[in-house]
Amino acid sequence: MAYIQMKDVSFVYPGGFLAVDNINIEIEKGENVAIIGQNGAGKTTTVKMMNRLEKPTKGDVMIGDMNTKSYTTAQVSRVVGYVFQNPDDQIFHSTVISEVEFGPRMMKLPSEIISERVSCALKLTGLEQFRDTNPYDLPLSIRKFVTIAAIIAMDTEVVIFDEPTAGQDLRGNHYLSDILRTLNQRGKTVITISHDMEFVAANFDRVIVMANKKVVTSGTPKEIFWSFDALEKAKLKQPYISRLCRELGIEGNIIEMDEAVEAIKEKCLLN
Amino acid sequence: MDTVIELKNVTYTYPLADEPSIKDMSIKIERGKFYGVIGENGAGKTTLCALIRGFAPSFYNGELKGEVLVEGKPTTEFGPGELSLKIGYVFQNPFTQISGVKDTLFEEVAYGLENFGVPVDEIEERVIEVMKMTDIYSLADKKPFELSGGQQQRAALASIIVLKPDILVIDEPTSQLDPEGTESVFKIIEQLKNEKKTIILVEHKVDMIAEYADEILVMKGGRLIRLGDKQEILTDMSLLDEGVQLPQMAILGERLIEAGIPLSRVPITERQAAEAIGQALQKARNS
Repeated sequence: MAYIQMKDVSFVYPGGFLAVDNINIEIEKGENVAIIGQNGAGKTTTVKMMNRLEKPTKGDVMIGDMNTKSYTTAQVSRVVGYVFQNPDDQIFHSTVISEVEFGPRMMKLPSEIISERVSCALKLTGLEQFRDTNPYDLPLSIRKFVTIAAIIAMDTEVVIFDEPTAGQDLRGNHYLSDILRTLNQRGKTVITISHDMEFVAANFDRVIVMANKKVVTSGTPKEIFWSFDALEKAKLKQPYISRLCRELGIEGNIIEMDEAVEAIKEKCLLN
Repeated sequence: MDTVIELKNVTYTYPLADEPSIKDMSIKIERGKFYGVIGENGAGKTTLCALIRGFAPSFYNGELKGEVLVEGKPTTEFGPGELSLKIGYVFQNPFTQISGVKDTLFEEVAYGLENFGVPVDEIEERVIEVMKMTDIYSLADKKPFELSGGQQQRAALASIIVLKPDILVIDEPTSQLDPEGTESVFKIIEQLKNEKKTIILVEHKVDMIAEYADEILVMKGGRLIRLGDKQEILTDMSLLDEGVQLPQMAILGERLIEAGIPLSRVPITERQAAEAIGQALQKARNS
C-alpha cells in the first residue's frame, strides 16, 4: 500500500467554489515527485490537504496508517511539512535563526538536537551567513530559503515545496537541486510544485500532471514530457531541449541537455 | 541615438545600509528599445528600476551620487506624480501594486486613469481594452485581493498599461505564472514594443528574454557588468561563472561546438538552434 493515499478527494471552498474535483493520488515512501499544471489547476489545494492545512470536503487522505481525518493539523504537520508558496505567509520571527528553531522547539526536543538540526538546515539552504538577519531584510528569493530551512529542521517524513523555483536565479536553483537530493538520500518523501519544466525534467523521478481541478496522469519525466495528449490537456509545453529535438526529428524522448548533446553528436559524427 | 534615460556615475545607498546597492553605474537607454535586465538575486536589478522611476531617492530616501536623467532632466527635479505619467512601473510583488481601496478588479485597473482626471467614457473604453489584452476581463467583478498570484500579476500589469506611458519598467512580471501565462505576458510586452514604447524588463526566464528583447543589461554586485546586443551577451559562457543563467539553446550550441560539431553560430533561441543544428545534420548526411 502506498505511503500517501488520496482517495476520491474533493475540496469545495466555503461559498461553493470547487477547487479539487475527485482526485486519486498514490505516493510511495521515499519518492521524489513533482506536480505540474496551470495556475488554478488545484495543485496548492491538493498538497495543503496532505498536511491538513485544508480539510477535504469529500474523500480520505492517508499518510501511512494515519487517516488524517482523525488528527489535528498540528499532529499531521509533524509528519508532513509544507513550505508555503509565499514565504510571507509563513515567516513570523525577527531573525532567521529563531524562525528555523521554532519548529524543533515546539516539538520540545533536547537543545543539542535542536542546534544540530538548525545548523544542518541552515547549511543545506546556504543561510549560515544570515543567522541573525531579519528575514524581511532578505530578498524574496532568499526569504523562500528561510521557510525551506524551517521545514527541514522539523525533520518530517514528508516535505512539500510549493513553487520553490519561482523567482530563483542560477545559484538558487542549484541549492534547490541539492536540497531535493539530500532529503531523498535521507529517505524523505518529497513533493514539489513547479512551473519550471527544465527543473522538473532534471530533478524528479515522477511527475503528476493536474488540469482543471483533476489529475490528468502521472509518469516519469520522460513519459510526461513526450505525452502530447497530457501536455495539451494541462496547457503545458515540453522543455526547450525536447522541443528542439522534436523539431529536428531526434528520437529517444530526450528531456535533458546531456542526452541531447550525445544524440546530436552521434547523428553528426556517425555518417 | 535617441537617449531617453541616462545614468551618469550613479552610486546609490539605501538608508542604514552598510554599502551601496548601485555602484558607479553609467548607462544610456535608447528610445523604443526593449532591454532585458538579468543577473543573480541581490545584484541591484530592482534598485536600478527604482532609480529610473525616481522612487530612489524620492520615496526610499537614501543617498544618491551622480545623476539619473529622464529625457535629459534629473529625476530629482520632477514634481510628484510627474514621472508617473512618463514611466509606468510594475512591481515585482503584485501585492505592492494593488491599491486595496477598490472593491472590484475593474475599478482597480481604472484607478490610475481616475486620478489623472480622464473622462469616464474614455476610462471605460481603455480599461475594457486592456483587461481583454491581459486576459483578465472575465475577472472584472472580482475583489482584487481574492485573485490568485498569477491573476494579480496580470492585473498589476494591466493597471499600468492602461495609463499608456512611453516608458515601462517591469520587475519580474512572470515569477508566479505558468508557462502559458508567461508566454502571454511576453506577447503583451512585444505588442507594447511594437507601439514604440521603451521597455526595461527584469526577468530570470532568460530563454524568453532571448526570444523577445533587443538589448541585454547584466548586473552583479551593484555594478553593470555587460550591456549590449543580446546575441553577443547571451552566448558569453563566462557569465555562467557570474551566476547568470544563459539560454538552454546557447549552452547546447556551445557544448556541440566543443564536441567538434561545426555550427554557423551559437544559437540563443529555438528557431536559431533548429536552423544551425539542422544545417550541421544535413551536412553530415550529405558527406
